[in-house]
Amino acid sequence: MEFWAFGGEGQIARELAVEFEQENPGVRVRVQQIPWSAAHEKLLTAYAGDNLPDVFQLGNTWIAEFTALRALEDMTAGFEAFGRSGDFFPATLDAAVIDGKLRAVPWYVDTRLLFYRRDLLAQVGYPEPPRSWDGWVEALRRLRESGRGAAAFLPVNEWQVPAILALQRGAGLLKDDGRYGDFLHPDCKAAFEFYLRLFRENLAPAASAGQIANFYLEFGRGAFAVSVTGPWSPGEFRRRLPGLPPRAWGTAPMPSFDDSYPGLSLAGGASLAIAAGSRRKDAAWKLVEFLTAPQQQLRLYRLTGDLPPGKTAWNDPALTEDGKAQAFRRQMERLTAPPKIPEWERIASRIAACAEKAVRGEQTATAALETLNREVDEILEKRRWLLEHGR
Amino acid sequence: MKRCNPAFWFVAPALALILVFFVLPVAAALALSFTDFDLYALGDPARLRFIGFGNYRRLLADAEFWTALKNTLYFVIVGGPLSVLVSLAAALLVNHRLTPLKGLFRSLLFLPVVTTLVAVAVVWRYVYQPRYGMLNHLLEALGIDSIDWLGDPDWAMPAIILMAVWKNFGFNMIVFVAGLQSIPESLYEAAAIDGAGPRQQLLYITLPLLAPTFLFVGVVTLIGHFQLFAEPYVMTQGGPANSTLSIALLMYQQGFRWWNLGYASAIAFVLFSIVLAATVLQARLEK
Repeated sequence: MEFWAFGGEGQIARELAVEFEQENPGVRVRVQQIPWSAAHEKLLTAYAGDNLPDVFQLGNTWIAEFTALRALEDMTAGFEAFGRSGDFFPATLDAAVIDGKLRAVPWYVDTRLLFYRRDLLAQVGYPEPPRSWDGWVEALRRLRESGRGAAAFLPVNEWQVPAILALQRGAGLLKDDGRYGDFLHPDCKAAFEFYLRLFRENLAPAASAGQIANFYLEFGRGAFAVSVTGPWSPGEFRRRLPGLPPRAWGTAPMPSFDDSYPGLSLAGGASLAIAAGSRRKDAAWKLVEFLTAPQQQLRLYRLTGDLPPGKTAWNDPALTEDGKAQAFRRQMERLTAPPKIPEWERIASRIAACAEKAVRGEQTATAALETLNREVDEILEKRRWLLEHGR
Repeated sequence: MKRCNPAFWFVAPALALILVFFVLPVAAALALSFTDFDLYALGDPARLRFIGFGNYRRLLADAEFWTALKNTLYFVIVGGPLSVLVSLAAALLVNHRLTPLKGLFRSLLFLPVVTTLVAVAVVWRYVYQPRYGMLNHLLEALGIDSIDWLGDPDWAMPAIILMAVWKNFGFNMIVFVAGLQSIPESLYEAAAIDGAGPRQQLLYITLPLLAPTFLFVGVVTLIGHFQLFAEPYVMTQGGPANSTLSIALLMYQQGFRWWNLGYASAIAFVLFSIVLAATVLQARLEK
């Protein structure tokens, strides 16, 4: 049986597979390890060559795409048979459901939340991180006035933060069942204006991820006190900043636009899918069941820092006693998946490009959103045509 | 029945290969460029639409395409002549009478051409590293502020050009050396007797007699530079802020990242037309 895993998961997939082989004599798992940067291309090429592996890891935003290609096995019934659907956080399962059918089983969750320097915030009068947008702006202003450099760092070439802010304001990003962009909606505009304000008021520098020499070291130096990043960061902080005491920094769920703390964040991560054309489906199902069981979720967390998508795993002391992980636990209750359509990755890359233009002052907020909306409508043209013609 | 020229059978195998692996794919790509072949069509051919010149019209209105064209021209206009000059200078040095160990120097200077680009890119990324890189150390030693070579939109393309020149000048150098060696020694002797100094010999003998070599090197360099792809692909992925996005890289992204093969084919044919036009123009000018 073939199994493809990517990036950090790919590095430890062999280890997981060995245990599976011991439990299932007679099944041999051939593991292929592929870097994330090549994963999407490799999967599509394999699909085009009718050569998909039996089981493969799939970034959650790709599920809709591969469903449109009719490349994925319908996992709805088989997953029910595991008897663990109640254990998964609803938002993580929802990310893998396309048109009412489960197309993949969540393997781990990836979401964004606040990372902050507890010591620096305490110095300006915030022993606890604020819970609302306004509170954060106030805290960032005080940090800026304390004269330690930038207050926050938000890479301007990423789409996640503007998208999270817009989703919190209640913007749908797309409308009419994903037929048109909805970026000119007043809620979306308001969120975008708020996002731009962070840069206009010099609370965050207009720099992309590549422009900052080393994100982790700069955080350690206190060059900025707040950022929004994901579950891979705590491990990196511990590894790269041995001099930074654990109590000097913390994690917190996203602040919210209204009183509904924690605020919404994105449900990202990766899932395990079975190729519709696989000829070894029995073994494939066994592997998926094995890898997504609570023990293996925990093992994955220990090996890579990937967050478990199920509640049982989260009750393990390894996670309950880790304060930094607990912020993620709270965030898990307030997640939402980005629009589940095959075009999403392309749309997300346009969001990042237009937001960057507005932040760098090359376009006004309104002009940037108008450009974005026009580009997105163009990207969705084929989808509209397909929906109209029922194909 | 007229008998077939036996020569036909000798070229037939080569022709067959060209037909199957070149003519057919190009024809297929041309056909593809008039359709909206994308992910949906990959999953089900019934979702393919014939859209005439739609892709080409879309391309003209695509801001990314114009950015890519601008970047590619930047690379061609600055990087091309620079590359030719460096290779000519290297050829003159390597070919000079007083240079010892000519063969060794030729091989050493040719080495970057045969080195894998990915390995080269890894090393150059270290060289360009803003804080710990060798280049910025040198600049600091000279009292110049360090530069974020690959992170600053204004400096990323010069950085790519520098690396590309280093990587590729060896090939043109060898061609120039061959050209230099075909110039009869007697001409230099005659010039020396007439009292021409080294500068005059270079200007009135070497350069004019190198003209055919210049044409060849110029055309090959131009074509190669228009197809800029691997350097930004491994070094910057087109960033920062699209400042190193080339036409070929845009084509790759559209084709294999987003799987818009119809649109990518249209880009390919536009790039082909640009290169063809530029080559014809250049050949005319040099004559």
